[in-house]
Amino acid sequence: MSLLQIKNLVVEFPGRRGTLRALDDISFDIAPGEILGVVGESGAGKSLTGAAIIGLLEPPGRVAGGQILLEGERIDNLPYERMRHIRGRKIGAIFQDPLTSLNPLYTIGRQLVETIQAHLPVTAQEARRRAIDLLNDTGIPAAAQRIDHYPHQFSGGMRQRVVIALALAAEPKLIVADEPTTALDVSIQAQIITLLKNICKDRGAAVMLITHDMGVIAETCDRVAVMYAGRIAEIGPVHQVINHPSHPYTAGLMAAIPDITVEREHLYQIDGAMPRLNAIPQGCAFNPRCPKAFDRCRQDRPDLMPAGATRAACWLNDARSGVAA
Amino acid sequence: MSEILKSNGSPLVQAHDLAKTFDVSPPWLNRVLERKPRQLLKAVDGVSFEIEKGKTLALVGESGCGKSTVARLLVGLYEPTRGGLTFDGQDAHAVFKTPAGRQLRSRIQMIFQDPYASLNPRWTIEDIIAEPLREHGILSDGAALRERVGELLKSVGLSPLDMPKYPHQFSGGQRQRISIARALATEPEFLVCDEPTSALDVSVQAQVLNIMKDLQRKQGLTYLFISHNLAVVRHVSDQVGVMYLGRLVELADKHILFDKPRHPYTRMLLDAIPKMHDTGRARTPVSGEVPNPLNPPSGCAFHPRCPHANARCQSERPEFLHLEGVRVACHAVEEGRI
Repeated sequence: MSLLQIKNLVVEFPGRRGTLRALDDISFDIAPGEILGVVGESGAGKSLTGAAIIGLLEPPGRVAGGQILLEGERIDNLPYERMRHIRGRKIGAIFQDPLTSLNPLYTIGRQLVETIQAHLPVTAQEARRRAIDLLNDTGIPAAAQRIDHYPHQFSGGMRQRVVIALALAAEPKLIVADEPTTALDVSIQAQIITLLKNICKDRGAAVMLITHDMGVIAETCDRVAVMYAGRIAEIGPVHQVINHPSHPYTAGLMAAIPDITVEREHLYQIDGAMPRLNAIPQGCAFNPRCPKAFDRCRQDRPDLMPAGATRAACWLNDARSGVAA
Repeated sequence: MSEILKSNGSPLVQAHDLAKTFDVSPPWLNRVLERKPRQLLKAVDGVSFEIEKGKTLALVGESGCGKSTVARLLVGLYEPTRGGLTFDGQDAHAVFKTPAGRQLRSRIQMIFQDPYASLNPRWTIEDIIAEPLREHGILSDGAALRERVGELLKSVGLSPLDMPKYPHQFSGGQRQRISIARALATEPEFLVCDEPTSALDVSVQAQVLNIMKDLQRKQGLTYLFISHNLAVVRHVSDQVGVMYLGRLVELADKHILFDKPRHPYTRMLLDAIPKMHDTGRARTPVSGEVPNPLNPPSGCAFHPRCPHANARCQSERPEFLHLEGVRVACHAVEEGRI
């Protein structure tokens, strides 16, 4: 059974000038121990999907439809207090900026012990011992001394390790990692990604890795979902999506990334920009920027459909369109 | 030395032994009462390079290596502690102090790293982009100004309809495009770009990089491009300088640097990049982090992380070696150990 199931999730932001639909009919699931990558450009809704899962949608955003199930149990309609127990205990979260996710006034030890004791019935001493173990596991040298230091005494990479330790403190089944390496240097990024991958494998925790960095996805994930304008454009095994994309948006995105091994005079560029939420075109949201768009794309909205080894929301893959992909 | 490194004619931008030291000492009273010593942070410690007109020099390195300080030195936001900058044959820092400095400043523009901090939240986009045009007296007529601002917005992939909006109404990527439009407003010759695409999405990054290259071809712009993304650097640059703890460790033509990196730090950086078409590859990440610049390691600053370090690396600071087409500061390379 899937660890996490998202069924037809709709997230809306009601406003004075009408309701904006930020996530529109998102469905996917994550198996236990699996690493699912979620990529997309800013505004595609990838962080929002993460926020909806951990129940931290900023008001007035709300889940307007669909379901989120964790181990078969609905978590999208839980009262705040119930959700607070699930958050941390069953779902851990790692955010982009390690400095703002730590309280600068408390030692990291106090923050770790607090988190552990909030979720697990252990004594303060036991919690501290666990905290030191966690810091050791996340590769912080001299953890027994460092535990009494404040966040500002750590470097960016070390802080992100502390944040990972915090996320893992109550041994959650799922980690939602929202751009965990974006604020870090490349050499540190490599360390953190390897750490995240190994530590989650060891503990059997599934990871939803939200990032805009395709390289990180390629190295880390089992499957990847590509998001565009609040919908999933393509989802499938990472190797397939990267090397044989079925959706023109995925293909364009891949071609737009500068490749360190190849030199090109001009990068492929997808002209235009992602549509605003209040101006999503009829049919496929990508049709105005799509080089392969045809009549049907401008009228009907495609849902995810089988496309080679992946599933893509593109009419090119529908035999009835009469267009060979 | 290769043709590229040799300055045939005079390069537009020339930095010689540029250094910037920040005084981060505790306050005077603490120094006296607690006998704390003065503390100096050598953010940039003797960096020399030259950029030919119409070319791009990229500086790469991890945070804290001093690349942003170099950028600020070049545009005159900082005074160098030592060394200097020659721009188009004139001593730039001397000219900045004279009335002619204003004109020089309009020829050198900068794109900042953080699009959240570099745009005034109380100004409309129109005001933000029109500011350099007004300030340097290029355009003052309202209609012409608006038309130019609209053009600039279009050139960075935004719409002229965005003019009356405020920065908070834009995403980080869009804001960075606004600051690029602002930098392009005075039609500068030399653009110092401090991580200009780090905050952008890949498809937008591709658009911006293409725009920057087009502008370079059309207007003969010269860039100093600062980035930590080596793939982007490979795409935009002609020459690449790799910095570590305030010093250049390797400076070479980009083809040479990417085909045959010499310095162990350059090799490490190249190795740390996730490879796109190599899914699921396990890599051995480099251990360690950039040391505290307040207390840099003796000798070669990279030696605590370097797999090739020996006793000499710990004690003696390597100077730049001039090999064919490459300048590299490494004892192991000099001794032929790697």
